Amino acid sequence: MNRLERKDRLVRLALLVVAFSAVSILAVITVFMFEQGTPIIFKYGVKSFLAGSDWYPSEKSFGLWPMIVGSVYVTFGAMVIGVPFGLACAIVLTEFASKSVRRIIKPVVELLAGIPSVVYGFMGVVILVPFIRETFGGPGLSVLAASIILGIMILPTIISISVDSLQALPPAYREGSVALGATKWQTVRMVLLPAARSGIIASIILGMGRAIGETMATIMIAGNAISVPRSLLAPVRTLTSNIALEMSYATGEHRQALFATGVILFIIIMALNTVANVTSARRRKAKG
Amino acid sequence: MRHPILTFLLLLCTVGVPSCRGGRSQNDVIVAGSTSIQPFADKWAEVFMEKRPNLGVSVQGGGSSAGIQACKSGACQIGMSSRELKADEKDLREIVIARDGLAIIVHPSNPVRGATLSQVKQIFSGDLTNWKYLGGPDKEITVVTREEGSGTRGAFQELVMGKTRIFRGAITEDSNGTVREIVANDPHSIGFISLGLVNEQVRALALDGVEGSEASIRAGRYRLVRPFLFLTKGEPTGAARAFIDFVLSEEGQALVKKEGLIPVK
Repeated sequence: MNRLERKDRLVRLALLVVAFSAVSILAVITVFMFEQGTPIIFKYGVKSFLAGSDWYPSEKSFGLWPMIVGSVYVTFGAMVIGVPFGLACAIVLTEFASKSVRRIIKPVVELLAGIPSVVYGFMGVVILVPFIRETFGGPGLSVLAASIILGIMILPTIISISVDSLQALPPAYREGSVALGATKWQTVRMVLLPAARSGIIASIILGMGRAIGETMATIMIAGNAISVPRSLLAPVRTLTSNIALEMSYATGEHRQALFATGVILFIIIMALNTVANVTSARRRKAKG
Repeated sequence: MRHPILTFLLLLCTVGVPSCRGGRSQNDVIVAGSTSIQPFADKWAEVFMEKRPNLGVSVQGGGSSAGIQACKSGACQIGMSSRELKADEKDLREIVIARDGLAIIVHPSNPVRGATLSQVKQIFSGDLTNWKYLGGPDKEITVVTREEGSGTRGAFQELVMGKTRIFRGAITEDSNGTVREIVANDPHSIGFISLGLVNEQVRALALDGVEGSEASIRAGRYRLVRPFLFLTKGEPTGAARAFIDFVLSEEGQALVKKEGLIPVK
């Protein structure tokens, strides 16, 4: 083996170690969280943990049901707001906007992704929450407020991935459709959207992942009550808020229960990511 | 190829293990526990170390329960607790260093000026849901509480709620400051914070006809009072003794008063 080959091997090795460090951190996090969180789930029973509606750690009752429902409500609300706006924006950007409009909107959307979540939360508290309280009643800190803010926060994810998948379509699709006499909107609705479907679904699922995982903004505007909300105007606590709110003082079983909350969240997000990967893998395959 | 990776992973794991502290000198004292007392302890430590430059005081948070545990195990010389000790914790020596009142706060525009303790209890248990029962407007009450594990919530639970739970629909925030902020913005809300932190943004309710103030607390008429405790294992010695003496001295207690707490002397 000459010197060059040795050097080559060394560099390869170094790169491998660096590449694996990222993966190993994920492994350490996973192992640590499951090790800390699962014992208490089995101690009190999976059913009482997932379906119990009382969260009073000081009295040893750990029911995550309100938080699971809370996460689902808030995420669903964010979808209802974020998906139509995001999709519309993506369609306009790829099909209807002139080059100069695109040159303005695209960077603005990217900028939206760079705003820290605490800023979104602050805007929510200062503007949105009082508006909801004065217009619709209730405390203002609510499912509705959280849904609107999270809906805005997931826009960049949905827009950029949808734009990518629309732009990746072969030009022949558009040309063929127009040649058959379809209008532009008909082309979008009947040809382009169905063809880019799997990419759009992947963008929605990644947006969902972002909404479920968001913590700071949710703590600030959702009100964090531990009950299953009975209306859009009721306060709600998500799984992530539960961990962040209580971790500072939690000891013993309370602390383990927060890790268990993390385990549940981890499973939900893993499931979402798997679905997203499967759909985008299918898209690549379909494209051949 | 495989071994370097394994070695790296092992290294990565060992980094996470906290390094142990070596032996401590008699001149250093660690104070740990309640985050409600922590800011005051920081102030005391600062002034104390200026006066006694050869002694060191390091203040750490962690919460009352953690402070009690640390004091028991000897990890710190002085524990801080903002709640009364439980029966199985009574083997520690308690020194009351200050007292703190708990205020029930509402929006300044709220016409309700006072309530009985049992009304407050009913509000926080979710049985009393409208201001009209307290002589206010016909509006639903927005209840704001602290998160589980908080010393302030612990004290409120003990002093007002007893065995009754705070109802699940209450809005939950993680600091005195955010509770005050929300109450200051929502005209129909109610919450509880440390009496020293009440400002012009909110109004404290009179409880059973007694306004919360230093005088009424000293006279024993205002009932929502919690002790701020320093805990030691046995008789304090050396730097710990000197620090506690300083805190209880006129100068230390003057600092307490300036920050809105009730001095013990």
